Amino acid sequence: MNFRVSSSPHNRTQRKTSDVMLAVSLACIPGILTQVWFFGIGVLVQIALAIAAAICAEAICLRQRNRSLTQLKDNTALLTGLLLGICLPPLAPWWVAIIGAAFAIIIAKQIYGGLGQNLFNPAMAGYVVLLVSFPVAMTLWLPPVNLIEYELSAWDMILVIFTGYSDQGYSLAQFRTSLDGFTMATPLDAIKTGLSNQQTYQEIIQQSIFSNDLGIGWMQVNLAYLLGGLWLLQRKIINWHIPLTFIVTLFLLCLFSYLAAPGSIAGPWIQITSGATMFAAFFILTDPVSASTTAKGRILYAALIAFLVFIIRNWGGYPEAVAFAVLLANMCVPLIDYYTKPRTYGHVKG
Amino acid sequence: MNQLQEISWQGLWKNNPALVQMLGLCPLLAVTNTFINGLGLGIATLMVLIGSNISVSVVRNWIPNEIRIPVFVMIIASLVTIVQLLMNAYTYELYQTLGIFIPLIVTNCAIIGRAEAFASKNSVPLAALDGFMMGSGFLIVLLLLGGIREILGNGTLFAGADLLLGELAANWTLHLFQFEQHFLVAILPPGAFIIMGLLIALKNRFEKRIEAIVVGQPDKSEKIERARVTAES
Repeated sequence: MNFRVSSSPHNRTQRKTSDVMLAVSLACIPGILTQVWFFGIGVLVQIALAIAAAICAEAICLRQRNRSLTQLKDNTALLTGLLLGICLPPLAPWWVAIIGAAFAIIIAKQIYGGLGQNLFNPAMAGYVVLLVSFPVAMTLWLPPVNLIEYELSAWDMILVIFTGYSDQGYSLAQFRTSLDGFTMATPLDAIKTGLSNQQTYQEIIQQSIFSNDLGIGWMQVNLAYLLGGLWLLQRKIINWHIPLTFIVTLFLLCLFSYLAAPGSIAGPWIQITSGATMFAAFFILTDPVSASTTAKGRILYAALIAFLVFIIRNWGGYPEAVAFAVLLANMCVPLIDYYTKPRTYGHVKG
Repeated sequence: MNQLQEISWQGLWKNNPALVQMLGLCPLLAVTNTFINGLGLGIATLMVLIGSNISVSVVRNWIPNEIRIPVFVMIIASLVTIVQLLMNAYTYELYQTLGIFIPLIVTNCAIIGRAEAFASKNSVPLAALDGFMMGSGFLIVLLLLGGIREILGNGTLFAGADLLLGELAANWTLHLFQFEQHFLVAILPPGAFIIMGLLIALKNRFEKRIEAIVVGQPDKSEKIERARVTAES
C-alpha cells in the first residue's frame, strides 16, 4: 500500500489569502452601510480614497522591489485601505486618507518586507500617524446626520472633503455646532469633555446625541460591525478568542470601575457600543499577521489591548484609544508568542 | 588612497558616526527638528570632537592604560563645558533651545569612541583631521535630518537662523509651502526615527556605487583563498 505523508496543517479545503481578505472586507459592509446611513456619504468617499491610495502605494512598492504585480490580487492592500478609510472622520480633507494609506502600506508594511512580515497593524499605524500629525482634522467627527442643524447633501459632503467648504460656504466646524452653539462630538468625547467641565454624568447623558444612555448612531454602527464579525466567526475566518476576550475584558473593567465610582467614567454598555470597540474587536485585533498566533497568546493579547483601551480612553488625552492600544500590544506579540508556545503533542511539560 | 584621504573617507561616508556607527543618536534624534538646531548642535559636537581628539592624542603616551577612560571623560567634559559657556555667551537663544543636549554631548559615544579608537593611537595632526572628518560626517547627517524634518513639518527652511548667526540672518527663513495643518509627526520624535531609518536605507542603497567611484573598482584578480577543509597539525 502507498501511504501519502503530508505535513500539517491537514486542511481539507485550501483557503487562499485573497479569499480570506475578501471575506473580511465583505463582512465590513453592514457596518459601512450603517455608518453611511448615520454619518453621510463622506464615509464612502474616505474609504474609496484610502483604498485607491493603498493599492497605488502597494503597486509602486512591489514594482520597486521587483515583485510581480499579481501580488496585488491577494486583497491585503484593499483591506488595509478599507480598514483605514472606515476609521477616518467622514469629512476629513481628502489628503488625510491618502497620506494615511500611503504610510500604512509603504512604511508599516512594505519596508518591513511586505505581507506577513509587518510587526504593526498597517491600518492602525497609518491611523496613528494621522492622529498624531493632524489632530484637528482627525477629531472632527460629525454628529449623526439627522441632528445636524444645516442640511448637508451628498454633494456638500464631497465639496467639504475636497475644498473645505460646502456649496453655501459653510465650513466643517459650523456643521458640528448645533442650534444653541453647542459643539456636538462623539459620545465618548462628549462624556470626557463633560466630566472634565465638572458636569455630572446625568447632565451629559441628557445631550441630544444620546438616547437611552447610548450614543445615537454609534450604537447601531457597533451592532452592525458585531453582525459582520459574527459572520466571520461562523465562517471560521477568525477565532473567538480575540473578540470575545477583548469585549468581555473591556466590559468587566468598565463595570467594576463604574460600580466603584459611578459617574466618573462612561458606563460599561456605552463603552462597548461606542467608538471603535466592535470594529476593533472583530476586524482590527484579528489581523492574522500582527496578532498573537497561539490560543493562550490570543487571549492575553486581547486582554492587554482591552486594558490599554480602558486606561487610555478614560484617563488619556485622546477620546478613543484602540489604535494606540493595538500598536502597543503588537510590540508585545513576539514576547507573548514566545511564552505561550503550545506543548508539542507527546512531550511532557517542563 | 593615502592616509589623509582614507581618514576623510571613513569619517564622511564609510564609517559615518551617525549613519553607520549609529553613535550619538539621542541628541541626533532629539534636536533635529529644524535645520538651525541641527547646525548648532553639529558645530558644538564638531568643536568638542576636534578638541578632544587633539588633547587625547597629545597626552596619549602619558596616560596609564588602566585609567584611560576616566581621563578621556575628563578631557571631553571640560571641552563640553567650554563650548556650553561659549554658546551661553554668544548664542543664548539657541543655547536655550538646545537645552540639556549641549551638556549631554559629554555622553555622545561618537566622541569617546574616536578618542579610544583613533586619537589614543595616532599622532596629533592625524587625530585632528579624524576629529574634523568624523564631526563633519555627524554634522552633515544632522543638517540633512533637520532640513528634511523642518521642510516636512513646517514647510520652512533655515527658520531661526538669527539664533545662531546673528541679526544678519534674521530674514533667511525660506517659506517653501504653506500648510493648513502641519505634518506634526515629522517634528515629533517618531518622525526623527522614521526619517533616520530612511536615510540609512538610502545610504545602503548607494553604498556600492559611491564606493566604486571613490575607491575605484575592487581588484578582480585577487588571489582566491581556499577554505581549509582539513585541520593541519
